[in-house]
Amino acid sequence: MDVGKDLLAASATPLVLAILAQNDSHGYAIIKRVSELSGGHLQWTDGMLYPVLHRLERQGLVMSRWGTSGTGRRRKYYRVTRDGRAQLAEQQQQWQVVDETLRGIWHSVGVVLDRPVLQST
Amino acid sequence: MIDKRLEPQITEWRAFLRRRQEVHPRDVEELEAHLRDQVRALLDAGLDTEEAFLVAVKRMGNLDAISREFAREHSERLWKQLVVVPGPEAGSDQLARREFFVVLGLAVAAAAAIKLPALFGVPMDPAEELDPFYWRNFSFFVLPLLAGYLAWKRAFHLPPAAWLAVPFVIAAAVVNAYPFAPDADTLWLAVLHLPMALWLVVGIAYAAGRWWTGSSRMDFVRFSGELFIYYALMAAGGAVLIGFTMMMFAAIDVDAAMLAFTWLLPGGAVGAVIIGSWLVESKQNVIENMAPVLTRVFTPLFALLLLAFLGAMAWTGNPIDIERDVLIAFDLLLILVTGLLLYAVSARDPDEPPGVFDRLQVLLVVSALLVDTLALAAIAARITEFGFTPNRVAALGENIILLVNLAWSAWLYARFLRGRGKFAMLERWQMAYLPVYSAWAALVVVVFPPLFGFA
Repeated sequence: MDVGKDLLAASATPLVLAILAQNDSHGYAIIKRVSELSGGHLQWTDGMLYPVLHRLERQGLVMSRWGTSGTGRRRKYYRVTRDGRAQLAEQQQQWQVVDETLRGIWHSVGVVLDRPVLQST
Repeated sequence: MIDKRLEPQITEWRAFLRRRQEVHPRDVEELEAHLRDQVRALLDAGLDTEEAFLVAVKRMGNLDAISREFAREHSERLWKQLVVVPGPEAGSDQLARREFFVVLGLAVAAAAAIKLPALFGVPMDPAEELDPFYWRNFSFFVLPLLAGYLAWKRAFHLPPAAWLAVPFVIAAAVVNAYPFAPDADTLWLAVLHLPMALWLVVGIAYAAGRWWTGSSRMDFVRFSGELFIYYALMAAGGAVLIGFTMMMFAAIDVDAAMLAFTWLLPGGAVGAVIIGSWLVESKQNVIENMAPVLTRVFTPLFALLLLAFLGAMAWTGNPIDIERDVLIAFDLLLILVTGLLLYAVSARDPDEPPGVFDRLQVLLVVSALLVDTLALAAIAARITEFGFTPNRVAALGENIILLVNLAWSAWLYARFLRGRGKFAMLERWQMAYLPVYSAWAALVVVVFPPLFGFA
């Protein structure tokens, strides 16, 4: 099952911020982490991550610096800022509200899912 | 670990991405690092090189879509920017940096040059009329420096480049040694024509030894047009600066006229020539040329104006009212039409077939010729009555020079429209004619004063 485009776009900001809140990272590692976390269900187009990172940087939620990877290539590393952490906390609350609301309604309409949902890790 | 066969493919991918101006080279580098990581991971997973590259590229996504996202995030990149001082991360900026300091030095030198006479007892004073010394010599404060900058920029070799100094020295000797009567007409004519004559020397410096090829002359024409536009823009900015200077200092009861009119204005006026030239040189590839655009806009409008004028003359039967300065007005008209023609030619692909704009251009030239012929006929009838003053002879000479140019251009253009000639012939004619203007200007500077007794 693949997640729809709009939902992907909406979840990009909290996901990227949360991943960066754990560790400074670069684009490729972020994509890999998202893939791991979602068990492969969240399929981002790799190239699309970068405009998102640049937007977050412009908004002051992340900062970037150029560094060198183990193989000696130049890589751009991102880290979350204080504003980014605040934004993450707020997003977390918003998503919890959405999540709880949906859980409630799933329960009351008695929707039966014929497929297993994402395993939370 | 990465296969040798992979490098050319990645290079090609990178080149493809680089062509998009909304994706900055730094972003390309970031995306490439990603692609390489992805390929390596896929190779480790057991794919062969070809497969790994294909999968990695596919996962990267459609480059059009990515570019669109980049454009949305960095809309400023769609506007071509004039980065005059490259940022610290640009690789080959050594030369650009050096040029920046050379230009800055020359601009300051020009500003210093115009303040130099004040040290030797020729002060500027906003309350008094400017000493004629400045008018006589204003070409020399900046044009030699400009020629020097262009020759340096074009790596013009020194022995021939040094000859460029000769016309400047001769011109300086002539205008300063001639015993002009106070406020003589021939003095003002010389002052006005000197920069026109010396502009040819600047052109030779610009062409750096390739003056005899038409294309480098054409480049110089383009350069001159753009410089004119930049200069006008900077002059407008400078006027605002001076206005604020006066206003702000007036608020604290300090008269800033001395500062504004003896330092800012002259220093800025000469410095802006150098800075403007440098901007034109460095922005060649950045911004579209403005002069041809203005030409396109104004050619139809001026053609309409001239037709309306001819129509009104025919309708009312009013003859041209010959006053003393009417020749100057028609000179200016011809200069304008020649300029429009020149810049239209400069922007046109000579191999294109004739189009609507070409017809408009011919209409403009022909109607200008008609108007001018009517004016000349009216003037000729009365010129003996007015007498041959230096001003009138100069104006008449210019009128004839421009008339000849336009008449022959109209003929060549008409042949081109009827498919009997090539557009390139018109271009060649215009380029071959350029030195005529400077030669006439030099004649006015050098021969007129003695001819008219320095009056």
